[in-house]
Amino acid sequence: MDQTAQLVPINWYLLLSTFLFCIGVMGVLFRRNAIIILMCIELMLNSVNLLLVAFSAYSGNSDGQVFVFFIMVVAAAEVAVGLALLISIYRNIGSTDIDVLNKLKW
Amino acid sequence: MSQLLFFSLSILTILSALVVVFTRKPMYSVLSLIVCFFTIAGHYILLNAQFLAITHVIVYAGAIMVLFLFTVMLLNLNAESDQPKSGKLRIAAMVAAGMLFVTLVASIKSTTLGEFSLPPASDNGFVQHVGQRLFTDYLLPFEISSILFLSAMIGAVVLSKKEKH
Repeated sequence: MDQTAQLVPINWYLLLSTFLFCIGVMGVLFRRNAIIILMCIELMLNSVNLLLVAFSAYSGNSDGQVFVFFIMVVAAAEVAVGLALLISIYRNIGSTDIDVLNKLKW
Repeated sequence: MSQLLFFSLSILTILSALVVVFTRKPMYSVLSLIVCFFTIAGHYILLNAQFLAITHVIVYAGAIMVLFLFTVMLLNLNAESDQPKSGKLRIAAMVAAGMLFVTLVASIKSTTLGEFSLPPASDNGFVQHVGQRLFTDYLLPFEISSILFLSAMIGAVVLSKKEKH
């Protein structure tokens, strides 16, 4: 087992996943294409996964890694249903622009 | 050595994540998101979580991103079909994300993580350990996730089927 992983402090992982999460938030606010927004949501999920794995590795407890596995399961299901919805929307409206899809906007 | 690896992987991760957000062409965002996922798998290997690294590459880079690629090609998206938001909204998005980052970093700075300062060398990221946890303590959620997958599969088929008029 390599001892080299111990030289990186956990704060760096905290900062990295915080930054990745904020990039994802910015993407959701920044883009108009619904597919890119779905991809940015994946990015946010992955930043949280990275943090869970980091804490799990640093605390010597494998519960966090099992939870990351379940988050991956939910993300895969979410992407399958979300992309099916987007294809259905594109077939009906001819666009995946979220500014066109404003019927439910108050 | 591992710090150097961490920094190079982190820089690659952040750069590819920024490309996902800022590039105009949806195909480039999909490809750079694949790069981002591979570097995150590298982080998992650095953290001694081999099982999750392999699963991450198979599930994300292998399944989810292929689904995204197929959708982008199926809908024939290009730079012209994706007009950017107005300048005010873009600046507002950047300011909002930046303020979220500042808030989260401030809350990280004010916490003490003393008990996590020295990680123990353990093999709890290996397939053997994670699999043992998965099939003993987390057996019920594991089985229920198969029902979730079944319902997601049926939902995707039903939603993307052509309606008869």
